[in-house]
Amino acid sequence: MAKRRADVGTLYRGSPGQWSWLAHRVTGVAIILFLFVHVVDTAVVGWGPEAYERVSSVYHNWFVRLLELGLVAAVLYHALNGLKIMVFDFWPSTVRYMKPISAATTGIFVLAMIPITWIMGAAILRLLGWL
Amino acid sequence: MAVGTHERTTEHRPESAPPRISRERPAGGFELWAWLFMRISGLVLLFLAVGHVLIMHVVDEGIDRVDFAFVATRWGSPFWRTWDWAMLTLALIHGINGLRVIVQDYVRPTGVRFAVNMFFLTLGFILFVLGTVVVFTFDPSRWPGAA
Repeated sequence: MAKRRADVGTLYRGSPGQWSWLAHRVTGVAIILFLFVHVVDTAVVGWGPEAYERVSSVYHNWFVRLLELGLVAAVLYHALNGLKIMVFDFWPSTVRYMKPISAATTGIFVLAMIPITWIMGAAILRLLGWL
Repeated sequence: MAVGTHERTTEHRPESAPPRISRERPAGGFELWAWLFMRISGLVLLFLAVGHVLIMHVVDEGIDRVDFAFVATRWGSPFWRTWDWAMLTLALIHGINGLRVIVQDYVRPTGVRFAVNMFFLTLGFILFVLGTVVVFTFDPSRWPGAA
């Protein structure tokens, strides 16, 4: 049976929070996948300095450092959006202000990411010898 | 069915129903406790995990200053060992329950769903044991001169 037009190329139109819902999932999955690896690489410290330095030297790679910046962004977004979810869940009347509260959440996230990107970006550029 | 009459069920949302951005609160039982746990642990992790990434990855040279000696000094304090262990425990449970909720949405066959959930649960348990052992037994004096 041929695909109906309604089945393809249309955007899911759920609640207004669909994008933050998606971002919450994506950042959450990214964080737990990183955590699986991170518990192991941190545990290597129990095998002495040589083993630990060998593992932590992956952070000398600029691409890993970009991922590190992404991780900080993911944790921050997930935390702020989670806080927003809790506000709506425990004080349902605030759902009336969903738009401004969502805008404030995004705003705080973006504002916080400006200095963080500046600091971590400078460290990456120094690593590459461009700064 | 005629083309055009097909509508997404989400579009039949009654006008009176408030828009939702989060998972609906479960009626009771395990799911209600899981729902509540996600929120309480999330609030605690807001401080533990955000604090952790800011301390370890952003301020004061970030990851560049983290080496064996740094960890040895840091874990010299029971405060940071407790912090890291609490974060490990809460983040693993929070993350694995999050994966369970997502798996519920995307993995339909019950056998496969069970297998995927058991895989993450087992992995999480192994990592919890590994992390707990290392956090509480780490003794830098075994490598004199390194710290």
